[in-house]
Amino acid sequence: MRPRSLKAREARLAFFMLFPTFFVVVLIVIFPVVADFWIAFKNIKLGDLRPPRAVVVERVKLRPKAPGDRMVVAYRVENRSPNPITETRFTDRVPPGLAPLELPPECRIRGEVLSCRLAGPRPGARKELVLAFRAEAAYFAAGRPNPRATRPEVTTKAPNPILAKPFTLENFARVFRDPDFWPMLKVTLAYTVFGTGLSILLGLFAAQLLAVRFAGRNLLRGLFLFPYVVPVIAVAFVWVFLLDPFAGTVNALLLKYGLASGPIPFLSQRTWPLELFGLRLELPLALTMVILFEGWRYFPFAFLFILARMQAMPKELFEAARVDGAGIWATFRYVTLPQLAGILATLFLLRFIWTFNKFDDIFLLTGGAAGTETITIKVYDYAFARADLGLGAALAVVLFFILALFLTLYFRYAPKGEV
Amino acid sequence: MGFLLAALTGALAFSLAYGAVSLSAALFLGLETHLLAAVPLLAGALFGLLAALSAPRKGALGPYLLFTGAGALLGALLPGALGGGVFLGALAGAAGGALLVYGLRELALFPPTRETYERLALRGLRALGFVFFVFAVVFPFWAMLVASLKPRAEFLANPADLSLPFEVFQSGFLPGLEKLFEGYRAVLFEYRFLRYIANTALVSVVTMLLTLFFSVLGAYAVARLDFPGRRLMERAVLLTYMFPAIVLAIPLYVVFTLIGLRDTLGGLVVVYLAQTLPVALYMLRSYFETIPKSLEEAGMIDGCSRFEVIWRITLPLSLPALASVGLYVFMIAWNEFLFAFMFLDTPEIFTLSRGMVALNSQEVPYQYLMAGAVIVTVPVMLLFFWFERYLVGGLTAGGVKG
Repeated sequence: MRPRSLKAREARLAFFMLFPTFFVVVLIVIFPVVADFWIAFKNIKLGDLRPPRAVVVERVKLRPKAPGDRMVVAYRVENRSPNPITETRFTDRVPPGLAPLELPPECRIRGEVLSCRLAGPRPGARKELVLAFRAEAAYFAAGRPNPRATRPEVTTKAPNPILAKPFTLENFARVFRDPDFWPMLKVTLAYTVFGTGLSILLGLFAAQLLAVRFAGRNLLRGLFLFPYVVPVIAVAFVWVFLLDPFAGTVNALLLKYGLASGPIPFLSQRTWPLELFGLRLELPLALTMVILFEGWRYFPFAFLFILARMQAMPKELFEAARVDGAGIWATFRYVTLPQLAGILATLFLLRFIWTFNKFDDIFLLTGGAAGTETITIKVYDYAFARADLGLGAALAVVLFFILALFLTLYFRYAPKGEV
Repeated sequence: MGFLLAALTGALAFSLAYGAVSLSAALFLGLETHLLAAVPLLAGALFGLLAALSAPRKGALGPYLLFTGAGALLGALLPGALGGGVFLGALAGAAGGALLVYGLRELALFPPTRETYERLALRGLRALGFVFFVFAVVFPFWAMLVASLKPRAEFLANPADLSLPFEVFQSGFLPGLEKLFEGYRAVLFEYRFLRYIANTALVSVVTMLLTLFFSVLGAYAVARLDFPGRRLMERAVLLTYMFPAIVLAIPLYVVFTLIGLRDTLGGLVVVYLAQTLPVALYMLRSYFETIPKSLEEAGMIDGCSRFEVIWRITLPLSLPALASVGLYVFMIAWNEFLFAFMFLDTPEIFTLSRGMVALNSQEVPYQYLMAGAVIVTVPVMLLFFWFERYLVGGLTAGGVKG
């Protein structure tokens, strides 16, 4: 049917043009979030991804020596997975010249094909089916073929554990009962706030440096963007290498110039005692390094936006400030900064959310050790290191709600027209 | 008061110059240097006093030449101040002199006003800032390059020495070259990075082409066509942009495992598509809206269909935007770590990120690891420098997620 109006036709065309994007995003973004909720309420382990399969092993218990002898064959059906199987079926070829004497009720023979069908077995259980035959002369004429020469073909019917397992609140209880839960939130918050703050501060500073025209400015701008555009895996490994307590350049330099008395394990020690104006402080060493990395790697992002904004500022304002006798600090404080307020707020919210979501950096630097375990690292740890998908998904759901809170704030307070 | 200020400026300028030069010499040239304090402080103070009297002006070359030359002379005469001897000393002294003149030019020193202090502080901060940022950015990349060229034993002997190991050429050019690039040879051929490069390039290019194709369609629809739910679409795009990959990772791992898509490059491409499509669409839409509608209407009147209009009018006009979006997508796919790390098990289809992790877990020497890091980095750097203009536009328009 052809749509009648032009408007309806346009809408239909738009729908078809947007469909691929829409489809992929729903599939890869929206659906997983929903699925997270599903998995979080079930006790699903990594091993449950392999569907339960029955294993059938055939053994010959008694071999005939002369025509008329008994032959006994046993099939052992085993469920080695932790999940239930509803039904197991298997078929096997019976060598010619064997007349069935005793068959278990689960099995029947048609021609040369044996087929069995049984319920279960239960997880971890096994069941043995014993078959007895009388070997005829034809069996010996065929050269006494071993029944094991043909392998049984097995089909297993089992509910998918991910769908079948019962719903439970156990995962959430375990997430909140974990003694690491609150410290982890604290670490996440510290990492997010200080990492965001540092990267924006550095970006603001770098943008001030390049706001004035001079030879080589474009080159420097490109250079300053490097930490941001380069693959995280490369720069994280370089940092690990530089900060190595024994072979690292940074420690070697500190020792060489007498700034440290011994090697400092920057990324593997939780705290470092610090003497400051007679005050003893415990510096969270590894966390500080991770935050420094964050500042180093993402200052270019803030730098780029702030620089773009500064280049768009009208010159007249600065001239007016000069005429009014404003000093440099006063100009920055009362002319530059107010114009940057919008972009700074947006940058802060955006970077805050992204830093909160960040996984790669800490994972590659410390693996979450030495007091740097953030919530995203913990999700990975639960789901994959401990192979407990349900637990990981439960924490992912918690993360999702915290994020939803931030996003609400973002959409409420982000200035319009920026970014 | 003015003299004190000038002396202080001089002392700071010379300390900064000497510090930067001696640190660079130690790191980048592998020279034995010491952090001098007394000499640059005293000399700087003295020069500062002299400079105060000359009252340098902006654009006047005289004072620059004078103090740069004098500084160079002093630095050269100081025996053994820097490991490199005369030349480095002269360099540091000249830098100190130039910095001093830059600090003091056009300042009202007699008597100093509030503005004098402010400008002085600002110039000091700027000088420090440049040294700091350039150093902070260059140092890790330089270290990466040098560590990839040096055998383990040589590096462990003096980890503070980040000079390029040119001494390998003493045994001849070709053997030297072989020794220099030993890490690269091992990583590329023994640890199969050649294969990983091909895989990563394939994934990145396919992701880029697909994203461009779909996002052009979508962006055009949002920019030009009228349909219900347009605003909602935009919001949704932004929203997907904020989702943490780790939250998506568990269900995707489950589903991809069940349908057999997990350990494949195709599965990776699908995930990258979802990560890049919304932003690409957003960036292209803003660009399409800057193209005058009348051009397209003219095309329609001349009998083009919608898709002909897109192909013949809109796309040729948006080449810069397409370039920046394409580059952005390519880089995202090239750099991606988490999903490549979680999804890929078969070494034949490893991408570079996954290959690096595998390399790291084999306890290879740092030299190999750094060679791998250079291999991952160089293509992105080259692309970035070639297309910097486009990319900077793209980065600010979409704000590459990171």
